[in-house]
Amino acid sequence: MQALSIKNLQKTYKNGPQALCGIDLEVDEGDFFALLGPNGAGKSTAIGVISSLVNKSGGTVKVFGHDLDKAPEAVKACIGLVPQEFNFNMFEPVVEIVVNQAGYYGIPRKEAYRRAEVYLKQLDLWEKRHAEARSLSGGMKRRLMIARALVHEPRLLILDEPTAGVDIEIRHSMWQFLKRINEQGTTIILTTHYLEEAESLCRNIAIINRGRIAERAAMGEMLRRLHQQSFVLDTAEPVDSLPTIEGFDLELTESCVLEACVTRDKGLTELFDGLRQAGIEVVSLRNKQNRLEQLFMDMVANGRAKDADQQGAGQ
Amino acid sequence: MSHQADRFAAYWTAFQTILTKEVLRFARIWVQTVLPPAITTALYFIIFGKLIGAQIGDMEGFRYIDFIVPGLILMSVISNSYANVVSSFYNSKFQHHIEELLIAPLPNWIILAGFVSGGVARGVVVGVVVTIVSMFFSDLAIHSYGVTLLVFVLTSILFALGGFINAVYANSFDDISIVPTFILVPLTYLGGVFYSITLLPEFWQNVSLANPVLYMVNAFRYGLLGVSDIPLWVAFLIIIGFIVVLFGFAIYLLNRGVGIKT
Repeated sequence: MQALSIKNLQKTYKNGPQALCGIDLEVDEGDFFALLGPNGAGKSTAIGVISSLVNKSGGTVKVFGHDLDKAPEAVKACIGLVPQEFNFNMFEPVVEIVVNQAGYYGIPRKEAYRRAEVYLKQLDLWEKRHAEARSLSGGMKRRLMIARALVHEPRLLILDEPTAGVDIEIRHSMWQFLKRINEQGTTIILTTHYLEEAESLCRNIAIINRGRIAERAAMGEMLRRLHQQSFVLDTAEPVDSLPTIEGFDLELTESCVLEACVTRDKGLTELFDGLRQAGIEVVSLRNKQNRLEQLFMDMVANGRAKDADQQGAGQ
Repeated sequence: MSHQADRFAAYWTAFQTILTKEVLRFARIWVQTVLPPAITTALYFIIFGKLIGAQIGDMEGFRYIDFIVPGLILMSVISNSYANVVSSFYNSKFQHHIEELLIAPLPNWIILAGFVSGGVARGVVVGVVVTIVSMFFSDLAIHSYGVTLLVFVLTSILFALGGFINAVYANSFDDISIVPTFILVPLTYLGGVFYSITLLPEFWQNVSLANPVLYMVNAFRYGLLGVSDIPLWVAFLIIIGFIVVLFGFAIYLLNRGVGIKT
C-alpha cells in the first residue's frame, strides 16, 4: 500500500511565485524516504499541503488511500509532523505539550500521560517533563517535537529538517531512534540539508528543485549513477612528482596528500597497483565529498542550466 | 462502540483538552486576568456608587449604586471574555502553536468551541468575582436566576466570538487592542451601564438602540433588578442573532484558513 500518493500537486502563493508546479510523488508504506532540495525548492510547501497547514492550488493528495479533499480528518489522523520551526507554546511544561497534542487526537488524558512518558523517556526528556519548553536546549526542543508528533502513534511521520542545529552526538542518537521507529512499521518522510543523514537513513529519495521533482529513485540506484568519485589518499612519504596512471586523474594537494578522481569503470585496485609501481605507499584513504551531496549539487546545477537555457530561448 | 460514537468521544476529548488548556492559561496569570477587573469594579462602586451616586439619587426606583451593578458586572464579562480569546488565539498564531490544532483530526467547530468556551470560562470567573465585590457595596437581589444566567453566558459567548474574529485578522499585538479600545469600550459605556436611556433625548434614545450592548445590559438588569428599557424578547433575539452571525462568520474564516493558513 502507498503511504503517500501525490498527483499533479500545485501551489501558487498570492502575489507570489508558483511554489509547486505539478508534483507527482509516491511513497510506499514502511519506507524511509528522503525529500531533498535546495532552500526554496518547495519541500516545506509540499509538507505543509500534506499536513493541512497550506491550502493547495490544485492536484490530489492521498495518505494511506484517504483523499485529503474528501476525508481530511482520516488523513490527519495518519500523519505525525515535526516541522522545521519550533511551534509549541514556549511557556507550557514539556509533558503538557505532549499530552495536549494527544488530546487533540482524541486520546483520553490518562492514556496520553502514559504515552507521553514512553516517548519522553525514549527521547531522554523525561527528566525535563515539568520544565517550561523555553528552558530547553535546541536539541531538546527538536526531540520534544518528535515526541509530540509520535504521541498519537501515526502511520506516517514527516520530519522537516529534524536535526537542524543539533550536535553530532544527539543527531546520531536521533538517527538510531528514527531507524527503530521505522523498523517498527512507521513510514518516514525526511527532509534534511545534511545529505549524509539522508544517505545513511533513507531507502528511497526524491530531489525537488524549483517546484518540480527533478529525480525520484532508490537511494542505491541514485548513488550508482554517479560517474566518478573523488578520493583523498595520504601517503607514507612525501611525493616529489605525480605519476601518470591511465584512467585516473591525480592531483597533489600537499606533499603527502593525493587526490584521485576514479570513474565507475575503474577499480581502486588498479589505482593502488599504479601507485605502488611508482613507489608511492598509501597509508589511508577517504571520500573527498559525500556522494549524495555530489549528485545533489549536480542536479541542482543542471536544473539552473536548463532554466537559463529556457529563458535564453524565450528571449 | 460504533464508529460514530468513537468519533464524538474523540471530539469531546479534544474539546476538553482545548478548554482545560485555556482555563489553565488564564488561571496561571490570575494577577493579570482576574484581579484587575475586581479592583476596577471596586473603584467604580466607590466613585460612581458611593461618592457620586449618593448625589444622583434613585434611578428607575433603585438606588444609583444598585442600578449600575448589573452593567458593571456585564462590562467585566464582556471585556474579559473578549480579551481571553483575542489574546490566546493571537498568541497561538504568533507562536505558531495553532498548527498543533490545524494538523489534528478536528472539525473547525471544535477548535472554535474550545476557544470560545475558554473565553466564557474567564467571563464567568471574572463575573462571579465582580459580583462578590459588588455585594460589599450594594444589596444584591436576583429577580430572575434564569434570565441572569442566560444573559451572562450568552453575552460571554457573543464577545468571545468577537475576540476570536479579531484575533483571526490581527497581524500584530496592536491589532488586538484596537477593537477593545476604540469599539468595545465606547459601546459598553454608551450601552446604558451607568444610565437609563430614558434620560436621553428621543433622537439619542433611537441612536442607542443601534448599540447591541444596550440589549445585553438591559436584559441582565432585568435578571437582577426586574427593570429594563428594552422588551426582554427583543434583547434575547438580538443577542442570539449576533451569536449566530458571528459563529457562522468565524467558522467561514476557519474553513478558509484566513489568517492561519497560507
